[in-house]
Amino acid sequence: MNAINRQEEQAIARSIIEIDVNNHPGVMSHVVGLFSRRTYNVEGILCLPVGQSGLSRIWLLVNEDQRLPQMIKQVEKLEDVITIRRHNADHTVFRDLGHFFQSS
Amino acid sequence: MSETLTGAQMTVRLLERQGIRIVTGYPGGAILPIYDALGQSTVIRHVLARHEQGAGFIAQGMARVSGLPAVCLASSGPGATNLLTAIADAKLDSIPLVAITGQVPRAMIGTDAFQEVDTYGLTIPITKHNFLVTSAEELLEVIPRAFQIAASGRPGPVLIDIPKDVQTQAIEISHWPEPGGALPAPATITELTEQAAALINSAARPLLYLGGGVIHSGASAAAVELAEKSSLPTVMTLMALGAMPVDHPLSMGMLGMHGARYTNLALDECDLLIAIGARFDDRATGKVAQFCPNAKIIHIDIDPAELDKIKTAFIGIQSDVQDALNKLLPAVKQNSRKNWVDRIQTLKNQFPMQLPDADNPRSHFGLIRTVAACLDDSAIITTDVGQHQMWVAQAYPLRRPRQWLTSGGLGTMGFGVPAAIGAAIAEPERTVVCFTGDGSILMNIQELVTAAEENVNVKIILMNNASLGLVHQQQTLFYGERLFASQFKAMPDFIKIAQGCGIQAIDLDQASNPCATLMEAISRQGPCLIHASIDATQKVYPMVPPGAANRDMIGA
Repeated sequence: MNAINRQEEQAIARSIIEIDVNNHPGVMSHVVGLFSRRTYNVEGILCLPVGQSGLSRIWLLVNEDQRLPQMIKQVEKLEDVITIRRHNADHTVFRDLGHFFQSS
Repeated sequence: MSETLTGAQMTVRLLERQGIRIVTGYPGGAILPIYDALGQSTVIRHVLARHEQGAGFIAQGMARVSGLPAVCLASSGPGATNLLTAIADAKLDSIPLVAITGQVPRAMIGTDAFQEVDTYGLTIPITKHNFLVTSAEELLEVIPRAFQIAASGRPGPVLIDIPKDVQTQAIEISHWPEPGGALPAPATITELTEQAAALINSAARPLLYLGGGVIHSGASAAAVELAEKSSLPTVMTLMALGAMPVDHPLSMGMLGMHGARYTNLALDECDLLIAIGARFDDRATGKVAQFCPNAKIIHIDIDPAELDKIKTAFIGIQSDVQDALNKLLPAVKQNSRKNWVDRIQTLKNQFPMQLPDADNPRSHFGLIRTVAACLDDSAIITTDVGQHQMWVAQAYPLRRPRQWLTSGGLGTMGFGVPAAIGAAIAEPERTVVCFTGDGSILMNIQELVTAAEENVNVKIILMNNASLGLVHQQQTLFYGERLFASQFKAMPDFIKIAQGCGIQAIDLDQASNPCATLMEAISRQGPCLIHASIDATQKVYPMVPPGAANRDMIGA
């Protein structure tokens, strides 16, 4: 089982990553595969198409980790990734979603 | 004028248009439409392997000697899973490969149909990119793009999974796309090469560290020119061997785990490390924190994700190696560096590479040297993985880029024989020698039949110690001599196996004059297995113990 590793447990901060990708099947697998191979947990994922552009935008909420800069470079190399940006945890994208994620 | 073609016919036509003249593979139900179309091609020759992994490595052999993408084919399910090891191997060594697999018809995907496996999902982490084609129309875009991706920037493998009903779907075509080729690399930033040149000019003890990227970029001559102009002692990774002739006065051979002691000690003393097309692999660096502890690093690589990955570069340059060297060369000053070159010579005299028993053709080093004496630099050398691989890396006089084909990153036993077949098919005018061991050869022994069928000029030097030599060595040195599962109790008769597969075989153990026998076997055209027993207690020395710093070598 892929336990959340110690490095992540000790993380004090979170990062939000914004990735513009081509909107077709398999792209999400390419992106999250770079996290799962490292047993690096993705805490949150949001993804929707961007207008009629043929692109989608993926938002990832992850724990701060020293491996992140290297992983961002590897995400950037994927054929279907257009751009990737890193934000601080104070970004609002995940903020108003809380009420969809309350235990019943 | 438009014509109506099936997806299978389009695939073959697009491969022809790419300039592909040889493909290798293994047929099966889900790729039969493509095989049917391939059988009608008057342009492309198909080499039938005897296992899909063999096909993958035959294609790698072709790609490694030519530098151009090579194609392998396999069916769905087990055909695709058997290809995986060869694809992963190509990924780690940055080899341009286009793998085409058949898939069950679209309507059956996801139903656990016969010979269905999620080839797309399986190959995500081991390809540079992969495609699951959903219409015949898409092939017009996907196939040229696959070749473009495989060849551009840092090369790598691309997989195209084509469902059977896409192969049989007929569409009208009026216009063919341009073949896909390597895109030009972004221009090197001149300010960075100028800063790098200034750093090289002012350094007292600089070293050049060449990696496989120098070979891929075709930049060996420029790298040697840089070394000569600025008198830079030069180390090479396993993948870069041949970039600088090993007997060049500035060459210090391979660095790292099985490099010479003087080479690793020199790295400890350098004040500037110029890494070109190298990725600071753990077998090269040893304990990273103690690798080149006093050096600033200039790192040139076409892949930006390699910069600052293992070691933080003082100057990191994302660039094609050849382009960066072209800009660097005029800015680097002529410098004889007498003190530093003398210091290297002193280290070399004190702690040289030792090749004991190299005059005895019945010893491991002697055998390698005798084989080398039978050949000139036009020969291609492949290896399998294990002790024999490291001994050949240490002792064979490699002098030419693309002379040396070895599985570096993945370290795949079974690489040597099919890669040698691929090399011989791609460059039939050359003699190809495959050094292998009794463990490795069994992992793709079935390809001896392919060698016989294709009558390739491949000489297989089987160094037989009836053991898994590197496992035996590690168990002896680091596991209290508890030898377990590393000594073969039953040994096949390799001479009879080779003969049974239809290739010639000789046993050097029985030869009264092994040098003459070897010479005769190597000069004879066609495939031949040359069997030689070696001593199982011999070690690959010197050696950096796993996890240790490079300066803490043991043995010799």
